Amino acid sequence: MTSPAEDVDVAAARPQPRRGVSLRDAGPPIALVVVFLVFAALSSQFRSIENIQNILDAAAVLGVVTCGITFVLMMGSIDLSSPGVMGASALAVALLVQNNRNDNDFGLLGVALAVALGAALGALSGSALVLLKVPSFMTTLGVSAIGLGIATLMFSGVQPNISDEMLGSWATERLIGLSYLTWIAIGCILLGWLIQRYTRLGRYAFAIGGAEEVLSLSGVKVAPYKVAVFTLAGAFYGLGGVMVTSQLGAGLVQAGDGYDFSAITAAVVGGTLLIGGRGGVLHSAVGVLLIVVLTNGLVQIGVSPYWQGGVQGFIVVAAVAAAVIPQRRRNQVVK
Amino acid sequence: MSIEVESQAAASVPARVPALEVKGLVKHYPGVKALDGVDLVVHQNEVLGLAGENGAGKSTLLKALVGLVKPDAGEIYVRGEKVKLRSVDDAAVQGIGMVFQEQSLVPNLTAAENIVLGSEGAGVKAGLYRWSEMRRLAQEQFDKIGSHIDPLARTDTLSFADRQMVEIAKVLRIEQRSQHPPVIILDEPTSVLESKEIETLFTQVRRLREFASVVFVSHRLDEVLDVCDRVAVLRSGQSVGEVQTEGAQPADLHKMMIGSTGSDDHYHEGLAQPSEEERPRLTVRGLSAKTFRDVNLDVHAGEIVAVVGVHGSGREDVCRALFGAEPTTAGEVTLDGKKLDLSGTRAACAAGVGYVPAERKIEGMVGPMSVADNMTLAKQKSRCNGPLVVPTKQATLVDRWIERLSIRTPNRTTAIQRLSGGNQQKVVLARWLVGNDIRLLLLDHPTRGLDIGARSEVYRLMRELANNGVATVLLADSLEEAIGMADRIIVMSDGKVASEMPCRTGAKPTPLDLVKEMV
Repeated sequence: MTSPAEDVDVAAARPQPRRGVSLRDAGPPIALVVVFLVFAALSSQFRSIENIQNILDAAAVLGVVTCGITFVLMMGSIDLSSPGVMGASALAVALLVQNNRNDNDFGLLGVALAVALGAALGALSGSALVLLKVPSFMTTLGVSAIGLGIATLMFSGVQPNISDEMLGSWATERLIGLSYLTWIAIGCILLGWLIQRYTRLGRYAFAIGGAEEVLSLSGVKVAPYKVAVFTLAGAFYGLGGVMVTSQLGAGLVQAGDGYDFSAITAAVVGGTLLIGGRGGVLHSAVGVLLIVVLTNGLVQIGVSPYWQGGVQGFIVVAAVAAAVIPQRRRNQVVK
Repeated sequence: MSIEVESQAAASVPARVPALEVKGLVKHYPGVKALDGVDLVVHQNEVLGLAGENGAGKSTLLKALVGLVKPDAGEIYVRGEKVKLRSVDDAAVQGIGMVFQEQSLVPNLTAAENIVLGSEGAGVKAGLYRWSEMRRLAQEQFDKIGSHIDPLARTDTLSFADRQMVEIAKVLRIEQRSQHPPVIILDEPTSVLESKEIETLFTQVRRLREFASVVFVSHRLDEVLDVCDRVAVLRSGQSVGEVQTEGAQPADLHKMMIGSTGSDDHYHEGLAQPSEEERPRLTVRGLSAKTFRDVNLDVHAGEIVAVVGVHGSGREDVCRALFGAEPTTAGEVTLDGKKLDLSGTRAACAAGVGYVPAERKIEGMVGPMSVADNMTLAKQKSRCNGPLVVPTKQATLVDRWIERLSIRTPNRTTAIQRLSGGNQQKVVLARWLVGNDIRLLLLDHPTRGLDIGARSEVYRLMRELANNGVATVLLADSLEEAIGMADRIIVMSDGKVASEMPCRTGAKPTPLDLVKEMV
């Protein structure tokens, strides 16, 4: 006979299946609440309604871009193409809606074309990955450069300022206290979640990150799904570029500057790990809010802007370290 | 719907037509004839065992049957009709499916998704998932094998045995696609199961026989004889015959597999020399960690001590802890009277402790690196003068060991992953010998995945090392191996040492004696 205590010991010897909500899933939302409450306690300015509106508005573009990159990260690939794709779509939309450079006035169709340009660039990344077997790290870096090149050509030295009322209103008009851009972001996240949960594309993206070989052994052709995921991500970046143009009122080549790093950071902090097969759109959305709340909160409590970059970087490393604590063991290999 | 089609199909094919027939299958790889004219017949509602040493061509044959390998010559007939299988999908359409040796489920999908993966049918419409339909399709398969797993449970939340049931359910789904009684191939399904789980699996296999044909592959001959109706034996890519399992003995199969009666002294017991040492070389007192408690152990120089126990007995962790690869909470370990630092593997290496891990390909070797670099990996000093690597010094040293251990490799610069398993294992062992300071060897399943010939060579090497005064702790692959090799056996159960028994040549315990202590 063994005592109950011994049973526990023995049970620990065999890898136990995970049940219920793990720390990895629950951690980021808890962190978000805690960080929010800490800043709210420290600063009355922070907890004002206007500031919360600001936070959500500031999170809109990052939310859309992160939604796109989440699918790529779920597959275990990486995507660094967002700056180029966003730059190209920003210029494209600025030149297609009413602007000071030409007589175009395509309105929503112009927006759709800019998003389609983003999708095409995404498809280019995916095809290079699948057909030429170039790792996603390099292909997407290259496609980012191509996107910036296209944007620079369209810019051709004269900045297009938009005069389109519809696109301009996205950043300025509000519905139930939130800007149109914020509503667009919420819509994207909802759409992303539906894709992830209810479409074959979303489930296969998840499965590719989990065990790609198994899919091939089950008779699934993986390549088309990979291209589709990159295309989907490109479309989200394209929309992100359009949103930036709406905010700035002009098409800029640098519209997507820094969004590659921020989006990966937000996704990882939210629990969509780089190894693939983990997390999801909602995880990433929490990560986006966490990053934006931190940035905003640090300003509100009076931390010098000079400190912020470093503090953010520190928080990212700390968050990732916290996320891997449950799996850490001796002689673990980290690359 | 499917049930009606099944009964029709069963009625339309006369029982004497074999479910699957292979004639003169040939497959060449550069330098190797993997299959050299294999013939095989699988009857309907039969469990056919497939036996053969590593390298006999079993895996190539199985891969050809599910379309993963394109044979150079020969024919495959399914229910009397000649077929060409170009992909897993082709095979599935013909009703042939395989449960792969390494579990082939996507861990982060639900059981239901895994079951229908690649042939979702009504589960997906226009790219959109219909979860209720998905669940129904999976439940249909689970019902066939009488399993009560929740179809919408994430696969990584299931136990290992449950995951295997999911795999079987997944393979059974080809029945819906081919509209014929399926042929199910089980490749080494028991290699990682515990004895209770193996029993469940066997019940399942017998159940499958009611409506399917099964090809069962296993290293364990007793299992093959237990569960199969008939066993076909392969040797060096050729069919060498078959055995009706009724009344057959593992030894009979064994003889066919190796082509002779085999050496009676498989474990080289003739080489065994009893250790004369009084003082133990390794003493372990009260060693405890998360998975084991209060372990006491002595090993003398020149002695081989086998530690046996069921999965979860903690023996693997004890072995790793002695090498400093697993954290411990209490206890003291001394090597030749000096305290051994268990805080990391570096201290253990420096003290003359060597560890051969169970997962050779993952933990035991750096696959793309050369034989020479793998051999000198742990003892860098052996190939260096000061801080610099001296290639000539390394070459001389490595060549000497290649010769001494008769490692079959084109040369020392060959990537270790290109060697056969047995030769890889010899290089891994040599890693601890090149420093000439080995005092204690920890062998974690050193013969796992090796064929009989290679095993025998590893056994001889172990004997020679023991006779040269090396103390050995052995976690054997089977009880027979433990009994054959050990001078003394420690039985672990529930994380504690349950008993200890001498195992000198001529006075060996039986496996049954050990099993009694293990559970």
